[in-house]
Amino acid sequence: MFAYYLDLALRSLKRTPVLTALMVLAIGLGIGASMTMITVLHVMTADPLPGRSAHLYVPHLDPLPLTYQQPETAPEPNDSLTWPDAMALLRAHRGVRQAAMAGGTLLLTPQLANLQPFDITGRYATTDFFAMFGVPFVAGSGWTSADDAARAHVVVLAESLAVKLFGSENPVGQTVELGNNGSTPNGFRVVGVTRDWAPRPLFYEDTAGKPYTDADKFFLPLSVAVDLKLDFSGNMMGWGRGSGNGWRTSPRISWLQFWVQLDTPTRARAYHQFLIDYSAEQKALGRFQRPATNAKLYSLMGWMAHENLVPEDVRLQFWLAIGFLGVAMLNIVALLLAKFLRRSPEISVRRAMGARKRDIFVQFGIESALIGVAGGLLGLGIAQLGLWSIRQRPDDYAHLAQMDPSMLIGTVALAIVASVLAGLLPAWRACRVPPALQLKTL
Amino acid sequence: MQIQPILAALKKHKIPAFLIVLEIALACAVLCNTVFMIGQRISEIHLPNAIDEAGVSVINVNGIDPKTANADIPRDLDALRQIPGVTAAAAFNMFPLGNNSWNTDVGTSPDSLFAKDSPNIAEYMFTKGGPEAIGMRLLEGRFFTDEEYAGSKLGDNYLPTSHVVVVTQSLAQRLWPGESALGKRVWIGQQQNYTVVGVVANVLRPGQNGGGIGHFYWAMFLPVSPAAGIQNYVVRSAPQARDRVLRDSVAKLEALSPSVVVKGQAFTEIRNKFFADARSMVWMLVLVCVVMLAVTAFGIVGLTSFWVGQRRRQIGIRRAVGATRAHILQYFQTENFLLSTAGVVIGMVLAFGINLYLMQHYQLNRLPWYYLPASAIALWLLGQLAVLGPALRAANVPPVVATRDA
Repeated sequence: MFAYYLDLALRSLKRTPVLTALMVLAIGLGIGASMTMITVLHVMTADPLPGRSAHLYVPHLDPLPLTYQQPETAPEPNDSLTWPDAMALLRAHRGVRQAAMAGGTLLLTPQLANLQPFDITGRYATTDFFAMFGVPFVAGSGWTSADDAARAHVVVLAESLAVKLFGSENPVGQTVELGNNGSTPNGFRVVGVTRDWAPRPLFYEDTAGKPYTDADKFFLPLSVAVDLKLDFSGNMMGWGRGSGNGWRTSPRISWLQFWVQLDTPTRARAYHQFLIDYSAEQKALGRFQRPATNAKLYSLMGWMAHENLVPEDVRLQFWLAIGFLGVAMLNIVALLLAKFLRRSPEISVRRAMGARKRDIFVQFGIESALIGVAGGLLGLGIAQLGLWSIRQRPDDYAHLAQMDPSMLIGTVALAIVASVLAGLLPAWRACRVPPALQLKTL
Repeated sequence: MQIQPILAALKKHKIPAFLIVLEIALACAVLCNTVFMIGQRISEIHLPNAIDEAGVSVINVNGIDPKTANADIPRDLDALRQIPGVTAAAAFNMFPLGNNSWNTDVGTSPDSLFAKDSPNIAEYMFTKGGPEAIGMRLLEGRFFTDEEYAGSKLGDNYLPTSHVVVVTQSLAQRLWPGESALGKRVWIGQQQNYTVVGVVANVLRPGQNGGGIGHFYWAMFLPVSPAAGIQNYVVRSAPQARDRVLRDSVAKLEALSPSVVVKGQAFTEIRNKFFADARSMVWMLVLVCVVMLAVTAFGIVGLTSFWVGQRRRQIGIRRAVGATRAHILQYFQTENFLLSTAGVVIGMVLAFGINLYLMQHYQLNRLPWYYLPASAIALWLLGQLAVLGPALRAANVPPVVATRDA
C-alpha cells in the first residue's frame, strides 16, 4: 500500500509543479534558517571535555563585604577566587584532583637569531591541571607538586610553539626565555610538550577571554608567576583598599580560576559541605561577611550556563529563526489544505470504492512527508550556505560553525516532522469530506 | 461594497481564513521586532564620536622597558612630530573602539563607591598634546596645563596623581543632571578625587563593556606624564596624508627601537573592525525579513488561488446577474483587507509581547510605537499585492460559467 500511496503522491505533486515548488521552497527556507542557528547554538553549548566533564566542578565562594553592591555592567568579583582562598582549597586536597589557574601573556625571546621576540598567551597553573583535564602530551610530561612548591622555572609548551622554536630538535630539556613585556626575561626549562589542545569553549578561562578562539601556548607553575610577578590577563577585581604591587596575593582581589575533580555525586555533596564549612570558618575569623551558605559548587555544564558563554546575538538569532520556521509551517498548512481540499471529488471516489478514512489520512500524510523530504534536502543546502556565511564573519565563534553528522540527520528529521505536522490538519480535513455530497456534483 | 456577504463566505472557510490571519500575525510580530533590531544596529554603527576620525591613526608599541619608558616615549613622540604632515602626536593609555579598556566605578561623593548606581566609566589618560592629537571638541572650561601634565605620575593603583579631570557631556549629565560640571569632584573610592576643569563633546569608549549603548559615552580624561602602560601613540594629520603618515610613523618607530613590536592602524579601520559584527548582523536580519515576507506572500497567493478556483461558479453567477469585473476584484481585495486587519491587530499585540520578553531577557529597548503601524501598513500592502494576481483571475471568469454544469 505504501508504494501505491507514494506513487499517488508523486503524481499529485507533479500535477501542480508551481504549488509543490512553493511548498518545498517555504519549508526549505524555514528549515535552513532555523538549522543554521540551531547548529551554531549546538556547537557553542557543546560539552568541551566529553568523558571528563561530568566529574569537573568549580567551587564558588563569596568573600565580598556586605556593603558591596554588584553594578549591573561589571563581571561578578566572586566568580574568581582570591589567592588565599585558592591556596586553602588546594592544601585541603578534598577532591581527587584540583588546580588553580590564571591566564597570562608574556613576551618570548627566541634564541634563534632570525626570530623576533613575540607575545604569547598561556596559563599559569598548578600540577594537577594536566591530569585533571587530560591534556595530551607529545613528549615529556607536566611538572610535579614538588616543582610547584620549589617555584621551579619549568614550562610546558604547545606543539606548534615547540616546533616554531626548536624545529625538529627534541624540545624537552631546552630553555625558553620568557618574561613580562619590557623586562628582562627568565629562562624556563621545557619539561613537556602537549599536542595543540584547546577545548571549545575554553571553559576554564574567565569571562574576559574569547573562549571560542583562545588557546594556551604555554603552561608554567602559578607559584613562579606570582613569585616573578608575571603579567596576568583576565578579570582582576578588588574590593576595599588596593594593595599596589602585592595585589596577586591580596585577600581582597580575585583573579584565579579553580577546578576540582570529584568522581561521585556523594563526593560532590561532601565537597559542597566542605565549602560551606570553610566559609563559616572564614566568617568566624572575620574575613568573610556574607552567609556561609552562599558557597556553591558548579558542575562544568552548570558553570558554562552561569558564565553565559553564548552571546546574546546568537540567542536572539535562534529565536528569530524559530519564529521564521513557524511562519513557514503555517504557510505549508495553508497550501496543503488548499491542495487537498481541491481534490475532494477524487477523495470521494476513493471513499465510495471502499477506502477508509484512515487510508485517506495515510495517503495525504505520505504526500506531506514527501514534501518534507524534499524541503529537508533543500534546507540542508540552505543551512550549509548559512553556516558558510557565518564562518566568513569575524565573530569569535564563527569558525566553529560546522555541521556534524548528528546535525545533518537532525535537519532532515526536523523537516519531515515539521511537514508531517503541518500536513496533519489538512489530511484530517480531507478525510472528513462527505463522499455522497461530492459525488453528486461530479 | 458590502462586508456582510464576505463575512458570511469566510464563515464557511474558517480554517483557511484563520490560517491566513495567523500567518500575517506571526509575520507582523517577527517583522516589527526584526526591523527594530536592524534600526538599533544601524544607529549603533553610525554613533557619532567627537574626535577627528578621518585624520587620526593609532600606533601601538609593545615591549618598551618600564624603566626607560619615561624617556623613550617623549623621544618617540618627538620623532613622530618631525614626520612631514603630522600636526600633533601624543601617547594614550587606550583609544576609542580599541576594545582594550581601563575602567573604574566613580561617584560624586566619597561614600558613593558602593552605591548600586555608581556608574562604571572608561578612564582615558594621555600625555601633553593629547586633546589636539585626537581632535577632541571642548564645550566648557579648559584642557590641562603643562604643569598638570608634568606633575601627574601614574601611580601603583593605575591612577594618575593629578587632581584634574575632563569629562564627556554624557557623563557630566549623568553625574550632575541639570548642573554645570565645572568645579565638581569625581570620586574614585574614598581616597582619590579629581576636580572637573572641562567638558568635551561625547567621545566613544574603547568598548561597550557590557553596559549597552546608553553607557557608551561615559568617559573621563586624565593628564599623565609618560610611563609604561601609556603606549598607544595617537598621530594626527590631514586625512589625505594619513596613510603615508601612518606608514612613515611605523617605519620610524621600528628603526628607533628594534626590539619593540609596533602595530599601526588608521582610526577609520579601527571603527570598521569594531562594528563588523553589527554590520554582518544587519545583513542577516534584512535577509531573514525579506525571505519571511516572500514566504507569507506565497501563502496568501496559494490560498486565494484555491478560493478562486473553488468559487468559479459563484463568481460566474454573480457576473451573470450583473456584477462587473471591478466588483469581483473588489470582493477579493476587501476580503484580504479584512483578513490582514485581523492578522495585523493580533500581530501588533504579539509584537509588543515579544518585545516585553526580549526587554526582560536581553538588552533591548522598548519598541517605539510607530513601528507597529508601520509594519501594519507593510503587511496590508503585501496582502493586497499578493491577492492581486488571483483576484484578477477571478475577475476574468466569464459569466457563462454559471450556465455550465448542473
